[in-house]
Amino acid sequence: MVKVYVPQDSTAKALGADAVAASIQIFAATKGIELELVRNGSRGIFWLEPLVEVETPTGRVAYGPVMDDQIDSLLNAGLLDATTDSPLYLGLTEEIPYLARQQRFTFARAGIADPVCFDSYKAQGGYVGLTNALAMNGQAIVDEVKTSGLRGRGGAAFPTGIKWQTVHDAQPTDGETKYIVCNADEGDSGTFADRLAMEADPYQLIEGMTIAGLAVGAQQGYIYLRSEYPDAHRILNEAISNAEAAGYLGENISGSGRTFNLEVRLGAKAYICGEETSLLESLEGKRGMVRAKPPLPAIVGLFGQPTIVNNVLTLAAVPFILAQGAQAYADVGFGRSRGTLAFQLAGNIKRGGLVELAFGLSLKELLEHFGSGTYTGRPMRAVQVGGPLGAYLPESQWDTPLDYEAFAAQQAVLGHGGVVVFDDTVDMSEQARFSMEFCVAESCGKCTPCRIGSTRGVEVIDRIRANQNREANMELLQDLCETMVDGSLCAMGGMTPFPVMSAVRHFGEDFSRDTATQNEEVSA
Amino acid sequence: MPLTAEQISTEVKRSIDKLIAKPGALLPILHDIQETLGYIPPDSVPQIAKALNQSSAEIHGVITFYHQFRTHPVGKHNVEICRAEACQAMGSRTLERHAKESLGIDYHQTTGDGAIFLEPVYCLGNCACSPSVRIGDRVHARVTPDRFDALMEELRTDKLEVLNG
Repeated sequence: MVKVYVPQDSTAKALGADAVAASIQIFAATKGIELELVRNGSRGIFWLEPLVEVETPTGRVAYGPVMDDQIDSLLNAGLLDATTDSPLYLGLTEEIPYLARQQRFTFARAGIADPVCFDSYKAQGGYVGLTNALAMNGQAIVDEVKTSGLRGRGGAAFPTGIKWQTVHDAQPTDGETKYIVCNADEGDSGTFADRLAMEADPYQLIEGMTIAGLAVGAQQGYIYLRSEYPDAHRILNEAISNAEAAGYLGENISGSGRTFNLEVRLGAKAYICGEETSLLESLEGKRGMVRAKPPLPAIVGLFGQPTIVNNVLTLAAVPFILAQGAQAYADVGFGRSRGTLAFQLAGNIKRGGLVELAFGLSLKELLEHFGSGTYTGRPMRAVQVGGPLGAYLPESQWDTPLDYEAFAAQQAVLGHGGVVVFDDTVDMSEQARFSMEFCVAESCGKCTPCRIGSTRGVEVIDRIRANQNREANMELLQDLCETMVDGSLCAMGGMTPFPVMSAVRHFGEDFSRDTATQNEEVSA
Repeated sequence: MPLTAEQISTEVKRSIDKLIAKPGALLPILHDIQETLGYIPPDSVPQIAKALNQSSAEIHGVITFYHQFRTHPVGKHNVEICRAEACQAMGSRTLERHAKESLGIDYHQTTGDGAIFLEPVYCLGNCACSPSVRIGDRVHARVTPDRFDALMEELRTDKLEVLNG
């Protein structure tokens, strides 16, 4: 019997993992080899996907990236005997430097097993956190989360324990209903950590939400999942029904008499619904229009009741904290950023993937030690951190430590930890224009500076790029950005100016090329 | 054969009946209708509104707010090209231009043979292996213009098989 692992993760599949898995099955059948093929989650080393692993007495050995057109020769070379004689051979999976140098808390289980296998989750330490939580009262659970120093991983980095305390203390208008809502509307370009967590380790999120329910006295949870993630949708639904069957969701959780129900709801391609109040409106069946705060969702949230809205990775961090203790989590980190952050290397990067590390490493170390430069081999020029509302950083800022406060001091955001790399062919005035264009497409329309300001922003940048009255238009752009920052309710209008102004500030030359030169470049 | 107004109304009713008990049922209902019929027929708006005790204007407002919902039938295969930054860094602007030119359509349009409906998408969560294209529920990574042509060819070949079969 040979045990082989081929990920069912959507990036692995996008690179041909299904065809690779099929070839392995056909090969084994033809040769009469008894095969157990596990479709595991991904380890997040996406530059090595499809990553095929073979179980050996000394551990799992890996091969990658195994492309569709290479699998036959790899099989003939002895893949199923765990051959070392292949250019794709990577040695023991656990010793691949990209993985071995990480500090995996939330992603410790990612890629090990079939993600929907409930027994595998329990065998790997799953539901220890929930078992501990069931022996505690709500306040004690909230205190544990406070002590861990966990902050919201969706980007805003609000202290999770304080949010939970607010919901814990809040009185529902009907005397009993509170909600746990997971924001799984991971719309930021360059981020895929939520998707990976849901596709590779769905029970961890389910367990985290259940613990949150116990902590604040909520019996209903919703995962608001973007419809762009059909694989995560299928996996979460399967995991939820398995958890129900195992007695870990529904009524009388694990024999405790406590109840927690969970349902996945799909978004409908609206970036703004990643904003928590817009998300709640959408869950209620309305247009995803941003609500004014206060009242905070923690007090008046879903259907008017106290609601925890947390990002996938915030909730997924909770089982570790309850299982290993808050101190184990708080022991790593940097300044007020405790624990780990899942950095995501994306865009024009040679070794893209998920890198979970304690806060504090510099961006440059991340780009060099893990990313190994650009995919195209050209020099890196700009790095956008924190999604489409995050600033573009020039090389002079790459020494910034990866820490919420250090980034804020540079007028940048660490956000969700997405890192998108551009090489020297990028035209930063075009990127600035896109930021405004994106805001035109995705603004909910509630605030005028966001709704109309972004349209005017595209026009102003077009005039600058066409060298029409450039100086006056640069001033106008600055003024427009200030209006958007000051006059928008949420981060959509309030932060779109971040990437725009960072492009102006650090890559001014891209806005001041004269049209004649641009035309020459185009014709050359 | 397009469905008759009556058949459409029956399908819409089926979606409503299945999901109306859920709190905040409108989005699940709209998803279900679009999955069944391929779009949300404008004539179904009053029917949905009545069932949810809302105005037609409210339902229309929700349908038009979300990029995903559409009110007319589209091509057989939904092809989405990612326009977001990580894909831009890997040449998605060139890919977009190529797709529009080679298919002879703009975004939100269907090719003349009814095979392909082209849409933009902002991020598919495949940002480490850009540029990305989604066809139906399947994402494709590192899509060059040549690869795009091959994928479109596959879609059209499938269609012929279906027609012949």
